[in-house]
Amino acid sequence: MAAAVTGLQLSQIEIRSNAAKLLGIDAHVAPGTVLTVMGPSGSGKSTLLGFLGGFLAQAFTASGRVRIDGEDITALAPQSRGAGLLFQDALLFPHMSVLGNLLFALPPTVKTRAAREAAAEQALTEMDLKGFGPRHPDTLSGGQRARVALARTLLSQPRFLLLDEPFSRLDAPLRAQARRLVFSEAQKRTLPVVLVTHDMADAEAADGPVIRIGTPA
Amino acid sequence: MTPAALSRLGPPLLVILLGGPIGLGLLFTVLPAFGYLPALGGNVFSLEPFQRLLAEPGLWKSAGLSLWTGLAAALLSVALTTAFLAAWSGTRPFRAVERLLGPLLALPHAAAAFGLAFLIAPSGLFFRALSPGLTGSATPPDLLIVNDPLGLALIAGLVAKEVPFLLLVALAAMPQADGERRMLVSASLGYGRMAGFLFTVWPTLYRQMRLAVFAVVAFSSSVVDVAAILGPTTPPTLSLRLVRWSADPDLSLRFLASAGALLQLALSALAILVWIGFERIGRHGRENLAANGQRFPGDRAVRWLALVLQALTVFALLAGILALMLWSVAGLWPFPDFLPLTVSIQGWSNLLPRLAEPLGNAALIGVLSALFALLLALFCLIREDATGLAPRWRSPLLYLPLIVPQAAFLFGLQLMALWGGLVPSILSLTLVHLVFVAPYLFLALAPAWSAYDRRYEQVAASLGGSAWTVLWRIKLPMLSRAVLASLAIGFAVSVGLYLPTLLIGAGRITTITTEAVALASGGNRRVIGAYALAQMLLPALGFLLADLSARLIWRRP
Repeated sequence: MAAAVTGLQLSQIEIRSNAAKLLGIDAHVAPGTVLTVMGPSGSGKSTLLGFLGGFLAQAFTASGRVRIDGEDITALAPQSRGAGLLFQDALLFPHMSVLGNLLFALPPTVKTRAAREAAAEQALTEMDLKGFGPRHPDTLSGGQRARVALARTLLSQPRFLLLDEPFSRLDAPLRAQARRLVFSEAQKRTLPVVLVTHDMADAEAADGPVIRIGTPA
Repeated sequence: MTPAALSRLGPPLLVILLGGPIGLGLLFTVLPAFGYLPALGGNVFSLEPFQRLLAEPGLWKSAGLSLWTGLAAALLSVALTTAFLAAWSGTRPFRAVERLLGPLLALPHAAAAFGLAFLIAPSGLFFRALSPGLTGSATPPDLLIVNDPLGLALIAGLVAKEVPFLLLVALAAMPQADGERRMLVSASLGYGRMAGFLFTVWPTLYRQMRLAVFAVVAFSSSVVDVAAILGPTTPPTLSLRLVRWSADPDLSLRFLASAGALLQLALSALAILVWIGFERIGRHGRENLAANGQRFPGDRAVRWLALVLQALTVFALLAGILALMLWSVAGLWPFPDFLPLTVSIQGWSNLLPRLAEPLGNAALIGVLSALFALLLALFCLIREDATGLAPRWRSPLLYLPLIVPQAAFLFGLQLMALWGGLVPSILSLTLVHLVFVAPYLFLALAPAWSAYDRRYEQVAASLGGSAWTVLWRIKLPMLSRAVLASLAIGFAVSVGLYLPTLLIGAGRITTITTEAVALASGGNRRVIGAYALAQMLLPALGFLLADLSARLIWRRP
């Protein structure tokens, strides 16, 4: 395999539960594009994300290689992979302010407190959340929380994004807006994205290749 | 009457049975501390008891020792618990320790302290294992390890017993902290396992555990039995001196003891205040670190260190039990030998007839107080089901007996009994034990109770079951494992109680625990070994019975 392949390379990935094969996937996700993995619940969608992020549950075994920009990360610890995760819930830490959540995600390479806060403020402004820094996550609306979660993930400078049905908890009008935001940010930063969902509209909005797993009903 | 209607009695009963003895006890400690107790000839209020207290030689040294050992033990216990949780929660080694928590918690403080003493003393099992091979000496090293003046042995004994307690409390609080998903997020942001836990899970967890941590601080700074066994002797900790004054045949010393008990109360309060200061510093440091974004991804060495330290505390308790066993049957046992030269059961055969009564008393009081506490807890929990929420005061009330130093209200209760001419009885001891048994039993049962899927009750009710039928035939059987485990914990707490039994039993009713601790200064290791093992026997039996009954109830044909 040439080392120069950019994007996320999923080579002959197979996940098994006991002896039974749960899913197999072989794909290349180019920078700035979204690979949508669709399947019914129980088909192993989230298990696939767990494998890519480095959190495969002990009940599963997997084979195949995961490479990002040519670097093999299959055996790396979760914290060394550079995977940015977004879940159904925003999972903002409730004991930190919005600003605290963002500062927590910002890499330590941004040194001074002033520079760090400026970077966090900048991220909030980009998400149309200017001035929300001191707010407590509990006081935010669902859509605002989702945007803070996205800002938090992006601030950590991930190398690729893993999205686990991140729009399913949002109300319909917000959902379309959130999709546009996430996909355009990923495109702007040329991040490869793997999205798992059971919502066809997600796949359409992602406008990329779609892989279906599990037996169709 | 429905269970819900009857359960209205629960909360008021809990307030009376826990708050009553503490409130009255404190009152009857305060009065003699200011010179007033007509039964003992104190007819006017005065500051004389405090003047006598302040004139006691070495008082501030004793007080300082209590503060130092209490805070150091609490700090080490919390640090070790935190580190172990951060490094290993949810993994296989963690589950191995988790399985040991019940038995470790049931191990009475006194037995654990004796075991540790037999392990680390200069002629103990540890130096026997090293000698003469590693130390090159056939005589015990000339070191003051047990009863050392800095209280290090006391601190070690407290840490070994408090870590299992804190771990159990943390495990009960875990579901609220959403640990698994927060760890995923922090790991995906690049944080190492321990840092991720400390920054994202620990703050929520600690808030849930805070009263338990305060209880550890207060208990460690006022403990009596462990201090009598492992603590410094010249001077001893304040708590130990108080108990000696209160046990003095000269009744006028009771005024001094009461004043001292108030000093102990102030001291434990001060320890908690200092702790709150530690909390502030810790929190400030954590928030700053989190905002700086340092990831600490390479925590392998620290994780292993946490595991080793945790294993060491478990090992020390288990090896201590082994030391007790060996001594209890040792005949001739010269120093460097790891095992006794001859085995003798003479110690046991001499003791058995004398053990019967204190064992019987401990078992009876333990069963009664555990059953009583279970009823009380069930009443309160059923009431909470009916109202849909736990009253705000529940946690503070339950932790009150664990946070107020025992001496501060038990002295008063003892004097009250003296004043009222009450003779110590199994009933009075049961009521006093209930004050300590109820909180532990409640805390052990409540998580399982609130995790119960109440739709089962709705299904049963819709099938035509009355409220009593639903309780007896559906809910309690489904929760039988938790109910039995909480009974075993309550029983173990009662058996291990030293000061309440000593003071309220007033020498007329003794249990295996008061007898065992009374031997501490005697120093006959064969007798101590036998008594400490006998003390462990009851809680162990309790856990065994609970486990067997649960298996019987849940057996599959």
